[in-house]
Amino acid sequence: MHTDARSLSRRRLLASVAAVPILAATADFFSASGRSISGQVPWSPFAGAPPRPVNPLGWYFFTPGEAAAVEAIVDRLIPADHLTPGGKDCGCAVFIDRQLAGSFGQANSLYTKAPFAVGLPIQGYQGDLTPAGRYRLGLRALADYTHGAYKKDFVQLSPAEQDAVLNGLDTGKIVLKLKPGFSTREFFELVLQNTMEGFFADPLYGGNRGMASWKMLGFPGARYDYRDHIDKHNVRYPRDPVSIYGEA
Amino acid sequence: MARLLPKRDAVIIGLGWTGAILAQQLTEAGLNVVAIERGPWRDTASDFNIAYIQDELRYGIRKELFLQPAVEAMTMRNNAAQTALPMRDYGSFLPGHGVGGAGVHWNGASWRFWDGDLQIRSQLTRRYGAKKLTGLQLQDWGVTWNELEHSFDQFEYLCGISGKAGNLKGQIQAGGNPFESPRSRGYPTPPMKMSYAPSLFARTVTELGFHPFPTPSANLSTAYVNPLGVALGQCTYCGFCERFGCGNYSKASAQTTILPVLMRKPNFEARTECEVLKINLTPDGKHARSVTYLDAQGVEYEQPGDMVLLCAYGLMNVRMMLLSRIGQPYDPVSGKGVVGRNYCYQTSAAARLFFDGKNFNPFIGAGALGQTMDDFNGDAFDHSHLDFVGGAQINCIITGGRPIGSRPTPPGTPRWGAKWKAETAKNYQNSMGFASQGSSYPVRENYLDLDPTYTDRHGRPLLRMTFDFPDNDIAMSHYVSDRMETIAKSFNAKSWAVSRLKKGWDAVPYQSTHNTGGAVMGADPGTSAVNKYLQSWDVPNVFVIGASAFGHNGGRNPTGTVGALAYWAAEAIATKYIKSPGALVPA
Ligand SMILES: Cc1cc2nc3c(=O)[nH]c(=O)nc-3n(C[C@H](O)[C@H](O)[C@H](O)COP(=O)(O)OP(=O)(O)OC[C@H]3O[C@@H](n4cnc5c(N)ncnc54)[C@H](O)[C@@H]3O)c2cc1C
Ligand code: SF4
Repeated sequence: MHTDARSLSRRRLLASVAAVPILAATADFFSASGRSISGQVPWSPFAGAPPRPVNPLGWYFFTPGEAAAVEAIVDRLIPADHLTPGGKDCGCAVFIDRQLAGSFGQANSLYTKAPFAVGLPIQGYQGDLTPAGRYRLGLRALADYTHGAYKKDFVQLSPAEQDAVLNGLDTGKIVLKLKPGFSTREFFELVLQNTMEGFFADPLYGGNRGMASWKMLGFPGARYDYRDHIDKHNVRYPRDPVSIYGEA
Repeated sequence: MARLLPKRDAVIIGLGWTGAILAQQLTEAGLNVVAIERGPWRDTASDFNIAYIQDELRYGIRKELFLQPAVEAMTMRNNAAQTALPMRDYGSFLPGHGVGGAGVHWNGASWRFWDGDLQIRSQLTRRYGAKKLTGLQLQDWGVTWNELEHSFDQFEYLCGISGKAGNLKGQIQAGGNPFESPRSRGYPTPPMKMSYAPSLFARTVTELGFHPFPTPSANLSTAYVNPLGVALGQCTYCGFCERFGCGNYSKASAQTTILPVLMRKPNFEARTECEVLKINLTPDGKHARSVTYLDAQGVEYEQPGDMVLLCAYGLMNVRMMLLSRIGQPYDPVSGKGVVGRNYCYQTSAAARLFFDGKNFNPFIGAGALGQTMDDFNGDAFDHSHLDFVGGAQINCIITGGRPIGSRPTPPGTPRWGAKWKAETAKNYQNSMGFASQGSSYPVRENYLDLDPTYTDRHGRPLLRMTFDFPDNDIAMSHYVSDRMETIAKSFNAKSWAVSRLKKGWDAVPYQSTHNTGGAVMGADPGTSAVNKYLQSWDVPNVFVIGASAFGHNGGRNPTGTVGALAYWAAEAIATKYIKSPGALVPA
């Protein structure tokens, strides 16, 4: 997710490290990789790796058909009401799209070596598909299912029909044609988890627009100091939420 | 061919909590020390930046600071009849990565084990008879309370732990933990201020006759300057603590307590983004010559040293020993061998309460902000008529209400849709919880070894974990869950639920990064991998530091005791080993 920002800052860091004689003692043994640090606490200004807010326009991973289906799904998982706008207007589909286009979607951090065996539930996901691959296959299988049962795309179903399908996926009554090591249940859990992430994460990732979920909960967001309220027991916290980039 | 580097007095593998302590103590003793760390350099200003560290998705959910399974995974199964498969993502526990190790993103609940833990077999046998321990591989640790007390004290004063003493030199102190073993002096800083939920918990359990006290915390109640002259700041109860680095210099870690001093020493060098593959032994297998490591570009180096200190986190210590053929691997069938023996975990359950009209402000929190009662922990209560040994602390710790991970709703609430949302909105401010954290006792079948199938990115076998909750621990946990029911009832909440632990340890949901055992300390080389000074019985110039040395896990977080053992081993090296290298205890 942050690989780019990270490597950028690392390059900067290495450049600035090279500028001071920090590699002195063992410089012979170290070129650019691995760091030898001795004699001081290395620190350079602006070396941090702040997150980059997503651009809300367009789709990076989803096809138009997939995007429409995911927008419809997140709008049923988080329906619009007096508490918040729906999942779609909160940006949950954009959030998922950007996550899938990034390192999360590619499973960059996960252990992805073969052999792939069908495991026990206690062993967690054991399939060979990345999260992006799971969405691709899962959404296609969902479209196949709704075409078989209703002769329509998911997005064309009525809200009640959409709820019935999602319920079926959630409870195991509907079984999609996926592949060994990737169950319908796992597909639904992945979508539900990512939708909730989008709804409750900092808005910089594309979801939780206007900090809708934080306002609903009374969660103050990216604030970092509650010393003035720690011993005000059972008293509502008075301030509105803030986000990392200061959106109010 | 590995590039051969100049020899050092000591080579430390891993610059986390224990690595930093050992490096500090041994450089003080005049040794020339190099620490080789797999992950990156990390400092507060750059990496736990106060402008964006409060990012739940990035650090809490995507786990940016943790060890990535792509770098090193492990396989797991509940028992030998199953085929172990890799944890493709870490879930149940989350090892650290990078300078500071897991100490960067720990909660900071900082406990001492008890006298009774160190002498567990003798004490329980004396009280209940040997039959009570049938089926459990409980054993004494080979070290006594009086020997270790000073080391506990050193770690607490390094960190500035905030707490209230319960037993000062045998005198029970009101407001502290009456069940703790005697300490030589009080905590360096006073307890944290309490938010609403722990205060309510303390009041409720006091009325029931129990003995709550402030959880000893490495999130500091007040600014503090430690004995090395390093200053820590006051915790702001920011609620982005465990899984996050602290942007306020308020959570004790290698960064906030040791590194500012250690890094400036001319006789210390840290090499980051360098992964140790192996400890190389002399042909007779009795002496460590060097370690082999790869830098980030895959260039291989050999670093010779007079001694090697394995500080790579308990589980990784065990794997490194197995890969390097240090000590005899444990065989669960014969019960022989020591490396991989007595792997233990933590046995926990949780209570959730729902009220109307409250403002718990769950987002005001800190990793170790809360209250604990030890009335049902360890051997603080009589087990004569119970079908188990061990116990659990009951904690009401409010770590923060980060909403991706923490959105309690009453049992039976749907997980999505309009009803889910209404209940989520209603209960966020109206819910609090408390939890048990119980002991985990060793049995023959729970152990660590090398996986026969799966390998890491360098083609070396992964560690294989064979673990399930033993019947003894399940019985203990259910007993404590019953007590938690009674406590929960006394809150007069609208509704509540208490979980009950089931057989079948599940690697997916987070439980705790409190993995213990596998290279246990003890007096008998037949049942321990290291002696009382954490020195390998087989290769005396290797010391293995970490929770890998625990003979069992107690009902409390490990690091206070891990830190104490690190100081204890460092002292033995500095005062005994350097003068006369060799086995400190005859085998
Ligand atoms: C989320 C979380 C919360 C926790 N909360 C608490 C708590 O409240 N209380 C408590 O007592 N404990 C807690 N812990 C546990 C605590 O963090 C550990 O007990 C402690 O950090 C262990 O210290 P260590 O030195 O053994 O390992 P670490 O601090 O993890 O250091 C080990 C280091 O070795 C490095 N390493 C590993 N393999 C290699 C290799 N092959 N080559 C080079 N380097 C290597 C790692 O990168 C790491 O930096 C928590 C842990 C986590 C993850
Ligand atoms: S809760 Fe306190 S110790 Fe923890 S990260 Fe926040 S300020 Fe630091």
